[in-house]
Order: sequence, then structure tokens, then C-alpha cells
Amino acid sequence: MHIIESGNVAAATGVKLARAEVIAAYPITPQTPLTEKLSELVDSGKMKAEYIPVESEHSALAVCIAASSAGSRAFTATSANGLLYMNEQIHWAAGARLPIVMCVVNRGIGAPWTVWNDHQDSISQRDTGWIQLYACDHQQIIDTVIQAFYIAETVSVPVMVCYDGYLLSHTYMPFDIPEQDAVDRFLPKFAPAYFLHPDNPANLNTVTLPDIRPDVRGNMAPGYMEIRHNLHADMRRAISVVEEIDRKYQQAIGRGGSPLMEKYRCDDADFIAVCLGSLSYQLRDVVDTLRNEGVKTGVAGIRLYRPFPDKAVIAGLSHAKGLIVFEKALSYGNQGALYADIKSALYPVTDRPFVHNYILGLGGREIKTPDLLHAFRTSCTDFSNISDEPRWIGLKL
Amino acid sequence: MKDDKYGRFTSHSEPGPGDGGRTGSWRVVRPVIDHTKCIPVKSNKMACFTCWLYCPDNVITRTIPPTIDYQYCKGCEICAEECPVDAITMVAEAEFVKEEK
Amino acid sequence: MSEKTSILTLPEEELVHPGNRACAGCGLSIIYRIGLKALGRDTILVVPPSCLTVLQGLYPIASTQLPCLNVTFASTAAAATGVLGALRAQGREKTTVAAWAGDGGTSDIGIQALSGACERGENFIFICYDNEAYMNTGVQRSGTTPQGVITTTTPIRGKLQKKKEVPAIIAAHGIDYVATASAAYPLDLYDKIKKAKTISGPKYIHVHCPCPSGWGFDPRYTVKIGKLAVETGLYDIYEIDHGKFRLTGPSRKLESGKRKPVSEYFKTQSRFKALSAEKIQEIQKSIDEKWEGYHLF
Repeated sequence: MHIIESGNVAAATGVKLARAEVIAAYPITPQTPLTEKLSELVDSGKMKAEYIPVESEHSALAVCIAASSAGSRAFTATSANGLLYMNEQIHWAAGARLPIVMCVVNRGIGAPWTVWNDHQDSISQRDTGWIQLYACDHQQIIDTVIQAFYIAETVSVPVMVCYDGYLLSHTYMPFDIPEQDAVDRFLPKFAPAYFLHPDNPANLNTVTLPDIRPDVRGNMAPGYMEIRHNLHADMRRAISVVEEIDRKYQQAIGRGGSPLMEKYRCDDADFIAVCLGSLSYQLRDVVDTLRNEGVKTGVAGIRLYRPFPDKAVIAGLSHAKGLIVFEKALSYGNQGALYADIKSALYPVTDRPFVHNYILGLGGREIKTPDLLHAFRTSCTDFSNISDEPRWIGLKL
Repeated sequence: MKDDKYGRFTSHSEPGPGDGGRTGSWRVVRPVIDHTKCIPVKSNKMACFTCWLYCPDNVITRTIPPTIDYQYCKGCEICAEECPVDAITMVAEAEFVKEEK
Repeated sequence: MSEKTSILTLPEEELVHPGNRACAGCGLSIIYRIGLKALGRDTILVVPPSCLTVLQGLYPIASTQLPCLNVTFASTAAAATGVLGALRAQGREKTTVAAWAGDGGTSDIGIQALSGACERGENFIFICYDNEAYMNTGVQRSGTTPQGVITTTTPIRGKLQKKKEVPAIIAAHGIDYVATASAAYPLDLYDKIKKAKTISGPKYIHVHCPCPSGWGFDPRYTVKIGKLAVETGLYDIYEIDHGKFRLTGPSRKLESGKRKPVSEYFKTQSRFKALSAEKIQEIQKSIDEKWEGYHLF
């Protein structure tokens, strides 16, 4: 069924279709309408779930961590400072291997206060051991939320579904809502290997010693370092899982095909813009304009940011002369995080493209298409002077 | 797709004794029960068991006579202190070392 | 309370394994052992970092025989909420959910989540074992450290501020059961936990818990010192059952009996060595006034 609704409602609808059992959230702009919608669905009886109005984001994720440990499918959502307030729990959820799904409705972080969109919030959480998926439009939001539960439960790693505050969360766009039956056929029931139960008592997340030691049967149990190694190994395996689940989604629902990155006119492109989120759709206009001028350009929107699909970057983008990374976040004192990741992925390629970095849109600064065009064109024509220093778009010093 | 290919290890502990090893080795004094004074032994009735109630380490039994698991008893002396008839005395472990030799 | 449990009627079955890493003479060990008997096997525990984390055992061996979720310091009551949510979602509401935290995890870093859970009316038992400082990290002051106490962060003059009255704070949420207990009276604690299990909604039990190494006394006196705190009228054992306050057990007996001078309690522990005679007098006066208030009830 096609409807015209906001990105937040698309996310809430995905959560409902995925039959999340425990939902906990705390209000923060621009995530709030998502949890309002979920509370409405639960309160009206349209969705069978426990909605828990917690007193903080730290508690929101605590509820999800505990609910997931006790065997229920759990969901939360937040933005910006709310995400940062969860930070300790974000690491905890990954270390405890809990397949929680969380929507991060991207917003800049204070100080100074900003309620507008950029990506600093979720980018700052890239090293927490969560899978991060970025959606570019409303359809991708609902589809990705549904897939996120499957991905998370397959590899026992929590998943963040990130989408742009306001640009996607509050705008109204048409999208298709999959049938519940189809989603039920696609998404298996949550069946964790262990969950808290008095019939099978275990003590979870207990203190580990630096070295391994025997368990009650005298067998050596993996220690902290082994647990963390396996989290990493399973994160790497998750790349193919994301692809496989996308294929299954395509079979069940009929949409998909770009699980790792969404490429637009990239195949013969000499210069490819790379970015996260809805910006890639704005860049399509720029690409079309430059193509009309005779410059072979393309744009790749990275969908899976963690684990980083380095092989797909090589396979899909390394043929270009140049990659231009547009970012709404920054590793302060260094450069854009995605820029660094792209460069790192290309390192094994002998004849690798040059890579440029633009920082833009921080704190919701308007991203004007002519500015994007100017920057992109500059990078396509003047790449002799390759500097690691990020350049800024829309900066008014 | 759920199978063993994912090493979903977490810190998952199972119940068992002696996580801290044989904690009896912490002890410098050993509680010894004088059966001529101990209320349940003397009366041959289920009575008193103050030592059992207060033992922090669950090493005393509620039996006639009460027994102490020296493998794990940490020698805190609460049983000796709380015994209403002073039936428990604390004896230096050195005494037993000599004896065992 | 109906039938009072006695040493002979207390369940035999032990739910904590020996050979754990708690200090000799640990007050927490006494109440944890007896408390779990009251909670029973059909319970899920939620525990933040504290001495209990150590007592419970280091991975991969647990001294606790009940399912237990270790959680981050500030999140205990929220995590209990999450377990409850999952149990409701799965139709497993019969299982008791009990959070068990230290005084820091309750009164300081954990109070926001605890307050939230109490306000939401979550059906769980929250047990705070109050050893009156951050013992697991090496005896730093906490919100419930009494005035005058020497800790590693109040090393010279002792703590200048008063002890935070956590049970009163929790009672202000209007929940149906708030009680205090002491490691020196484990049977009273047992009966209170049993009673809490029969009441729905949040239940809060605050347990005074002597700590030999943190308080500076010989481990053999754990019970004696716990009793002295009550017998001097310094620490009172009571319950607020559906809003009705009453002193219980040994504290109730003090209503008509004679309280020991509080100085007797202070001199048993090195942590009180900074207390001046004047300060002791002042504290004695405030205890006397508190008990005058009880008599007015």
C-alpha cells in the first residue's frame, strides 16, 4: 500500500511490521514523532508491544538491553545528545551481542545547541561495535528498519538505522508499506541462543579477567579479548549477511539491490561523489548537470557504514579518476571520517583515484545545489593539488 | 541463517562453587565446635543454629551436629562471636598444620 | 506480617555457592544468601557494578544460582524495567524481578533510573544494600555515608554532610511498599522480601550492611555492629506498607525499651575516629529528637 507520510512514520511503520515486542524511548527532536507514533500504535491496540516511556535515553537503551537479554525483540530511537547520553549503553549492547535495533534521526550535537541535521551524532558512534545503515529516503527507511532486525538477529550485533533529521524525518513523501504477511514470511521470529530464564540460570556480562580461565566443566572459556575478537569477526561477516538479507527482501517484498551502497551513474564515471544519507539524492541533480556539461560523474551513497564495505568500494569506485567525499561530520583535528575510511579502503589499489574531502551542512547549514555543483566541478577540473585538508562548503567566516 | 558460524560469545557465567578458589586458604583461625556445649547436639533437637543463619559463606550445615566446610570457610569468626553458648572456638591454623604433619 | 520466619523454618536450600570472593565477614554475603532464599528460584536478578559483582563470581563461574543480568552502573532500575517488559511480552509475569544494588548504585548514580521506575509503577523489588560508601572501589564517600565518617575521599575531617535518606525519597513516589532492614536481622529481611513478593508495583527495601574492611572493625563483629546501629536508635528498621509507617522488629521494641548511647556504636569502628565529643553529642541529640517524633505517632 502506498501512502504519503513522514520519514518518522515510515520508521514507526517498519517497527510495527517487524513486530518489535519492547519499545523504550525518550523524547528528543527530531526523533520524537517516531516514538509518538509508536506509542499511539501501542496505546490504540494496533500494535502488540510494551511501550516504556523511560526517564532518559540511558534508560531507554537499558530497557532494550535487558529486554533483549530476556528474549524479546527490542527497539529504541534517538538523536544527537540523546545518542551521546546512551554512549555507555551503546558499547554495552554490542559487547553483550544483543540484536537491538535503534533509529538514529541524525542531528548535530551541542555545544552550542543545534536541533538541525548533520551526521556528527551517529558518526561519533562508529567504533562502538554496532552495524550502521544509512537511509536516503522514506522508502529506504521503512525497508531498512525491517531488514535491520533480521541482520541484527542473524549476527547478534545491534543495528543503527540512521536517517537525516527534518530532511527525511519531517518531510512527507510517498512510500510503499509492505504487507504484514510478506514481512512475516521474510523475518523469522526472534530466537536467541540464550535468554534469561530461571530454568536455565546464567549470569550475564560478569567481570572477565585478562586471561582465559576454565568454566564449571573445566573447559577453557573464551575471555574478554576472544569475545571482542569475535565481535569484530562477526561484524566483518555481517557485510555478506547484509547482502544476503537484501536479496531475501527483494524476493519477499520486491525491493532492494543496493545493500552496501547506492550508486548513481557510477559505472563509467571519472569522478564520483561519495556521501551518507539523503545528500546522495541531492547530488544526483549535480551529477546530471555535470554530465550535461560532458563531465562523466556519478554519486555513491554509502548505505552500510559499519562494518565498512571496503571491498565494495574498491570494486565499485576505484576505476574513477577521483572520488569526492561530501560529509556532514568531522573528526576534529583530522578530517572527515568517511573520507578517511574511503582512503583507507583504496590503499591496496595501485592505480587508485585521488580523494577530496568537503565538509558541509553542519548544524543544518543549508546545502545549496549550486554550491555542491561548484565544489564538484572544481574537484573534477583541478585535482593537481591534492591536499588532505578538508574544504568547507557554505562556510561564512 | 542462524548457525555456529557466528562466534556470538559473551560473558556468560554458569553457577558453580569455588569461583574464588578454595577460600578456606584465606583462614588464619579455624572455628571448632565443642559438641558438649552446642545446643542442638546437647539437646539432640533441631534448635538454635545461629551459626548457620549468620554464616556469610554458607559453609555451616543446619544438622545435628552442625558441620563446617573447611574447604571454603574463610574464618571470619562470626559463628564464634554469635554462638549463644560459646560452643565455637577459633583455633590457630598453625595448630592443624602441626597436627597434619 | 503473618507468621514470622524462624531459623528452623528458613528454607534449607542455598542459592549462593561458597568459595566466592567476598571478604571474610561480609555483611552483604549474609543478606544475599538469606535474601535469595526469600526471592526463590523463579527470579531474575539485575545487578550493577558493586561488591556484589565480585561476590557473584568472575566469568565464567557464577556463585549465584539464579539468572542474573549485570548492567551498567546507572541503569539498574531501567534494566529491571526491560526484563519486566520482556516477561510481559512473553507472558512470563510470574517470575519475580529483583534489582540488587549498593548504596552508590542506588542513592547516587542509580537514583534517576530508580525514580523513573518507581514513578512508572514497575512491578519489581529493588534491594539496596547500604554499606555506606563505595566499598568495591576502595571506600569512597557516597550519598549515604553518614556524617563524620572517614573514607578515602573524606580522609581527614570525615564526611561533612548528612546521610541521604533514600527510603524517604523512594517513599515520596507513593509506592506501596518501602522497608528498611539490617544484615544483623536476616530473618526480618527474609520476611520483608516475602511480603514484598505479594505486593504488585515497585517495592523498595533498604538494608544496612556492615562492612568490616570499609568500616574498620574485626570481621567477627559484623552482626554485633549491625545490631548496635539499631539498638542505639541510629539506624531504624521499619516499613511503609501502603503509606502506613511502622517500626518493626528490634526497632519496634525500642519504642518502649531503652536505647543504647550512640557513642557505643561509634567506638566500635575506626571510620568514626574523627568524630569529636561535641559532634557525638549533637548526633545523640538528633537521634533523641527523631525518637521523640516516633513516640508522637
